[in-house]
Amino acid sequence: MLARTAESLFWLARYLERADYVARLLQGAAHMSAARVDADRSSEWESAIIAAGCQPAFAAEHAQVSAAAVIHYLAFDTRNPSSIVSCIETARRNARTVRTALTADMWDAVNGTWLELRGFDPSQLDDDRVAAFLDWVKLRSRLFHGVYTSTMLRADGFHFTRLGQFLERADNSARLLDVKYHVRLPNPEDVGGLVDYYQWLAILRVVGARRAYRVLFKGQVTPIHVAELMILRAEFPRSLVFCFEQITMQLDQINGQDPLRSAEGKRLAHSLYAQLRFGRIDHIFSSGLHEYLTDVIERSDELGREIANGYLF
Amino acid sequence: MLEKAACFDEMLGDDGTRAPYALVDAWLKSLPRDQLELKRREAEGLFRRIGITFAVYTEGGDPERLIPFDLIPRVLAQAEWQRLKLGLEQRVKALNAFIHDVYHGREILRAGRVPERLVLHNSQFRPEMAGFDLPGHIYSHIAGIDMVRTGPDQYYVLEDNCRTPSGVSYMVENREVMLRLFPDLFRRAAVAPVAHYPDELLETLRSVPPPNCRGEPTVVLLTPGIHNSAYYEHAFLADEMGIELVEGEDLLVQGDVCYMRTTRGLARVDVIYRRIDDEYIDPLVFHPNSMLGVPGLYFAYRAGNVNLANAIGAGIADDKAVYIHVPEMIRFYLGEEPLLSNVPTYDCRLPDDLKYVLAHLDELVVKAVHGSGGYGMLVGPHATQGQLAEFRALLKARPYDYIAQPTLSLSTVPTFVEQGIAPRHVDLRPFVLSGGDRIRIVPGGLTRVALREGSLVVNSSQGGGTKDTWVLEG
Amino acid sequence: MHLTIHHDTLYRYGEAAHRVFQALRLWPIPGGGQVIRDWRVEIDGRKLRPTCRDGFGNPAATHVIDGPVAALSIVVHAEVDTQDRQGVLGDAIESLPPLFYLNASELTAIDPALQALADEQADPSGGEIAQLHRLCASVRERVDYRTDSTHVATSAAEALANGAGVCQDHAHVLIASARALGFPARYVSGYLCANAEGAAASHAWAEIHVNHLGWVGFDAANQMCPDERYVRVAVGRDYRDAAPVRGVRMGGLAETLDVQVRIGEGQ
Repeated sequence: MLARTAESLFWLARYLERADYVARLLQGAAHMSAARVDADRSSEWESAIIAAGCQPAFAAEHAQVSAAAVIHYLAFDTRNPSSIVSCIETARRNARTVRTALTADMWDAVNGTWLELRGFDPSQLDDDRVAAFLDWVKLRSRLFHGVYTSTMLRADGFHFTRLGQFLERADNSARLLDVKYHVRLPNPEDVGGLVDYYQWLAILRVVGARRAYRVLFKGQVTPIHVAELMILRAEFPRSLVFCFEQITMQLDQINGQDPLRSAEGKRLAHSLYAQLRFGRIDHIFSSGLHEYLTDVIERSDELGREIANGYLF
Repeated sequence: MLEKAACFDEMLGDDGTRAPYALVDAWLKSLPRDQLELKRREAEGLFRRIGITFAVYTEGGDPERLIPFDLIPRVLAQAEWQRLKLGLEQRVKALNAFIHDVYHGREILRAGRVPERLVLHNSQFRPEMAGFDLPGHIYSHIAGIDMVRTGPDQYYVLEDNCRTPSGVSYMVENREVMLRLFPDLFRRAAVAPVAHYPDELLETLRSVPPPNCRGEPTVVLLTPGIHNSAYYEHAFLADEMGIELVEGEDLLVQGDVCYMRTTRGLARVDVIYRRIDDEYIDPLVFHPNSMLGVPGLYFAYRAGNVNLANAIGAGIADDKAVYIHVPEMIRFYLGEEPLLSNVPTYDCRLPDDLKYVLAHLDELVVKAVHGSGGYGMLVGPHATQGQLAEFRALLKARPYDYIAQPTLSLSTVPTFVEQGIAPRHVDLRPFVLSGGDRIRIVPGGLTRVALREGSLVVNSSQGGGTKDTWVLEG
Repeated sequence: MHLTIHHDTLYRYGEAAHRVFQALRLWPIPGGGQVIRDWRVEIDGRKLRPTCRDGFGNPAATHVIDGPVAALSIVVHAEVDTQDRQGVLGDAIESLPPLFYLNASELTAIDPALQALADEQADPSGGEIAQLHRLCASVRERVDYRTDSTHVATSAAEALANGAGVCQDHAHVLIASARALGFPARYVSGYLCANAEGAAASHAWAEIHVNHLGWVGFDAANQMCPDERYVRVAVGRDYRDAAPVRGVRMGGLAETLDVQVRIGEGQ
């Protein structure tokens, strides 16, 4: 397969996964803000910006954080490369350059999303319509996931697509958890309080895992269990360990690549996977969750670079 | 001047519905008008969804536009097609022989049958190709021959496109859409299929491996990228042929051998169906700043390690002044009389012709010798005084850049327009594939239709549309 | 005359280049009575052979070096036997007819000043050779020899307007003005052994097509027809076609060149 094709599939999947994540972040922030559990309501929107990895760029353009500004920046601003609109544009551009590597249904899913996107006029969107828009984004992202999973040949194209999706998802899950734990560290007197409780619950809401949590832990929402779910539970498809299981599987299945060039990427992925697979949540907390997550994020970035290098991107 | 009544309508003819159109006529009569409008919208939706768009870079507007598709097919009887087919084969054979000759012994120039300067001082003549033997001596592997019809038995070749003719994806997709919209209609008609065009193209490309190719040749399609107006077609053809769609940066020439970068390392490439212009192929030889091409590709080509389709320099046969001499080429190389007619053409570099053209400008069509896509063109009978004055000045300043032809009364075919069903002028671009083994032509071609009433300009960049083209079997 | 050529070029890149592509036309094109005894081209010590001929008949090859590339050396070593034919080429097999070489090219486009320069020598008295020698003289008169006044992409019109240039510019101006008089003309790149001390250089001159004689070399820079001290390497419409080296590099800043050419008579 052409290296550029592999690269475009990888980024196509990454961008659609990111669009889904950003939509989830915005919905989570809107929910928290509406629930009025926290006196400082702008902080929810600020967390969303940070969790999207857009804080410095946003701050450079906006003196204040407001719901409207954040929604516009994360959903519709074409100058923000991680906004939902930009993600869909970029995904479709990647799809166009590799049309021959897509199944007809995949092209239909990506192109259909892009065509419908052009029907949304951001200036005409009130709260309800924004909510409907975000639901639509999630739906379209799931559609793409379902379509490629069920129509693509299990060959290199599929592996690179899945690699992009799960590398992006791992990064997103790590950031989401880190923002709650580190950036939004509550005042000591709030720990275990109502605000704290709702914020941990909000994480579950963003990743759509309230029921999964109840099934696995059967009790009150506690930070340690939320972190365990997000990092170590292989049953949960957004946990870091699940993502890295997928990543190592894809890397192992990519065919006949140049063994010298691709060895470093595989080594990185497998060592991270092993660490996650055999990790214990109490150890992670005692040595510092933030440090742990920062390390995972940095190593994922490095893995991304090694994949590019190993497959001639 | 063109009188509407004076042109030949392919369905109605001079005395009642012509036989090839009997079915279409009956179908149109049975079809409720609102049904046609409904289907038209459905077709548009299909084209949008499949992404068959054409990029038009003008001010504002949607950069990815649809070429309007007309639902009413254009029909040719088998006998009509057979005549055209023989003529096309003959013409393309002569064109390839001509291109080979001008880069080798130049016999036709020495014999005085084509003016030497017309070739040797032509901007489309590429000295880089001199003395280079190509597999099968084929230069224009894919040729699009633009034809018009003026009567039941009168066809004319309007121009030859020997470089990188586009539009064949519409030929295939128009049929695909028609089959989806009107399956019943096709059950009643015996229409020759066109869907195998990509297979025929691939066979053609595989039949011209470079001399140093071992084993089955690896074929790729080289595109300038998604911003090219014909990108959809590039992707479509690569996909249908099952070959890689590459951009310049995907290819690498090492040791005068061409490779593509794959996830498994470098893979050798033998035949490149290139859809980028000559000047962008290799920055080491042509435009030094071209980012589209591949450094060293020209040398790999000359070293016999890769073949290009179409060949560099095939454009010498596209020139509208060279066109005048195609009938002579057929006589010279094949010893045959041309089966297809040229439109009588005035060569403005000849003083007598120029004088005539200037005196009759309002009756003639004037074309820039190197123009394409309907640009740099004057349709005398439809021109304003200002446009006529402008072209008069251009012709006097640069006569060698122009040719002129009488305004032909192009045939019309019923077309679904806002006012209902009305006759509109059409042309036809069949695609002729020349391989090392034989010539292949898929029955039919691309019918382009001038949607504006009375208009003779069918180019998609100038508001033309397309139709499905039927060749009836048996 | 037996000439030994040693031509050593070192390219240095201000910042290492990721990848360097070069097309070389450094092997002699047949013709002009020169007999090649030995001709070697080495890139960073690796021998490179021509893999094809271009449309003008020049032997050529490309090479690519993957980065980081800080410097790159090209060495030409040759032994050639030459003879003085007063510039008359005679025996060469040509891939393009003389008429083709009436075409202007990008670097030899004719402007009014070039046309005027040509028109001054429109008088054919004394024969075409004499006429062309007079044209050579006026080219040399109008274009002073000065290094650093022009660059490889300077056109004939620019060099004439400048009033200064190097042998490449003299050749371009002569080619353009000869074409303006209706003579097919082309560019030649090669080597010149200037004197017995071995002072020598890569050189460029023109060839002009004259009735009955065919292609005849004219060196406007030295106001003479090539003799046994000249070695022809490549021809074309202008420098672009016949450039000994044309390159494309990815990354890397300004390229600088160190060139040394030594040509000796005998061994």
